[in-house]
Amino acid sequence: MYHYDNFDAAFVAARVEQFRDQVARRLSGELTEEQFRPHRLMNGLYLQLHSYMLRVAVPYGVLNSQQMRKLAEIARRYDRGYGHFTTRQNIQYNWPALKDTPDILAELSSVEMHAIQTSGNCIRNITADHFSGVAHDEIADPRPYAEILRQWSSLHPEFSFLPRKFKVAVNGAAHDRAVIQAHDIGLQVVRNDAGELGFAVYVGGGLGRTPMIGRKVRDFLPERDLLGYVEAILRVYNLEGRRDNKFKARIKILVHEKGVEALSEAVEAEFAARDPKALDLPAREIERFRAFFALPELEPKKPVSDRVERRRGKDRRFASFCASNVMPHKAPGYVVVTVSLKAIGAPPGDASADQMDAVADLAEDYSHDEVRVSHEQNLILPHVALDDLPAVYDRLASVDLSTPNAGGISDIIACPGLDYCALATARSIPIAQRIAQRFGDGPRARSIGPLKIKISGCINACGHHHVGHIGILGLERAGEETYQITLGGSADEQAAIGQIVGPGFSSENVVEAIETIVDTYIGLRRDEAEPFVDAFRRVGIAPFKEALYERSAGSDI
Amino acid sequence: MPDVITANRLTDGVVVFQTIDEAWSEDFNRAAVLADPPATAEALARAKRDETDNLVVDAYAVPVEERNGHFAPKALREAIRAAGPTNRRDLGKQAAGLAPRSGPKAATEADHVSL
Repeated sequence: MYHYDNFDAAFVAARVEQFRDQVARRLSGELTEEQFRPHRLMNGLYLQLHSYMLRVAVPYGVLNSQQMRKLAEIARRYDRGYGHFTTRQNIQYNWPALKDTPDILAELSSVEMHAIQTSGNCIRNITADHFSGVAHDEIADPRPYAEILRQWSSLHPEFSFLPRKFKVAVNGAAHDRAVIQAHDIGLQVVRNDAGELGFAVYVGGGLGRTPMIGRKVRDFLPERDLLGYVEAILRVYNLEGRRDNKFKARIKILVHEKGVEALSEAVEAEFAARDPKALDLPAREIERFRAFFALPELEPKKPVSDRVERRRGKDRRFASFCASNVMPHKAPGYVVVTVSLKAIGAPPGDASADQMDAVADLAEDYSHDEVRVSHEQNLILPHVALDDLPAVYDRLASVDLSTPNAGGISDIIACPGLDYCALATARSIPIAQRIAQRFGDGPRARSIGPLKIKISGCINACGHHHVGHIGILGLERAGEETYQITLGGSADEQAAIGQIVGPGFSSENVVEAIETIVDTYIGLRRDEAEPFVDAFRRVGIAPFKEALYERSAGSDI
Repeated sequence: MPDVITANRLTDGVVVFQTIDEAWSEDFNRAAVLADPPATAEALARAKRDETDNLVVDAYAVPVEERNGHFAPKALREAIRAAGPTNRRDLGKQAAGLAPRSGPKAATEADHVSL
């Protein structure tokens, strides 16, 4: 992984001291709240429903064990013993005191972490595929590019006051695990006919109140033009993006209003007019970054482990863990383990300090000191020797982290919702908990197969509901929580916005409605090999509408 | 509809309520209940002065209603804010016995009957 050089360390330390001074001046009354708010937001500190909330950046979801232990220590010492991993691959603390935040940021800087640009109208944490560097289908590791973008965009003077926040995601594999088409800029690593690396560039994706799938503006952008081209997009957006209406300020609206062709022309013109040497990204510099993310030296191993096979034969839960949470590593004899933060009935994405410590220990002992955070709110141990899998599983089980449900119906994305968030209109977590409790992680969940349920507690869509196979949006109607369901959304390379199935459901009835949808799917799928989203694409929304609103008494029309 | 005045304490962000002696309490049940709009306006003006004095931030009025003989926030958002997360009864004011005496009900699978 990337390690700070002296410049980075001094830069982050200086920011901590700046913020310490700003907090001191706020507490003494020298700064008003109005004056202070932009400073605290630029350091990831929000005021939420119950308290302040600190959002800490986990660049492209990569952590080492020392960093994970520090996150646990902060949870214990300054918060309430837990943290919440988010769909932006970050972690949020829900209860920090303002007076403690400079110390928290100092603790973070001691392990090369910070909360810079996790809020505000700037370029946010760059996200990437959580299986970067280990996936079989990878064209090239996206993390070096993400790190280059992170360094370039950190406190970039021209792009610190954009019309609105700006999110960039990079995916390096054929399968999109980074939801790039729902980002302001999505970068897909590709090779051209000459075998050179570059990017397909998507612009103007986004969820929120106006969901849009990103539009492709370049089939192939050479590697060395990465920063120059991203800068050109941001310049056009910075100049032409709307500042008169917060709800129309994202680049997706500019793409929509200006048209993708006109936008693309403006970007190309800006790109052509640049000083070509100013932001050139030479191959040697890319190689320098690539070296930080080199695969650890993995001792060759047999691709089959007798120990694993014996355990699978006698332990059905272990067998189902292997089936759902374990993916082959590109190195033979190694696997990638998804640590589900979705124990049945637990709040999605929450991890206790003890759980974080346990994962840190496992990373150190079994995964070459590396952990990943996925946008699906799970953790990943990326380099586990197959032979070690039973030991890793047992230690995960001892801290309630061995739930065998990755990618299944109870592996639900949920934003914090009205239980924590000042913007939310309805609760998300209890709905996720009840759906997980209804379907569990046993034979029924396995028979349903891959199914992504995503829940947001308001139209800002932090829970990515628009791109869930089943999306649930919590709204408030006449003082009551109501849940609108969308079907057929997709967050991968076949990105799609889900279709609204019909009128919403009450909190009481929404789980029943999900069950009706699932039962309808089971009834119409060709066979067990046809996943929900494929069946939906084949049959459309009509059978689900009919089941929900014509045959069932469960709707609230 | 009667109101109470709420804000977040500057130093730690904790949700507080304006009391009858014009101080701030973490306990909703100690909040001064303001019977009419002029009383709310006056109390809010005092709260805004406390903002200027850097005691609290984001003060606003919360409509309350009488339920089972106790006042409680009318909106679910405010009920959760006055009690704590509904999925974690061990956190927030509810954990310290400071929740409104008729707080929001936890939504669990067990509470729901299949249709």
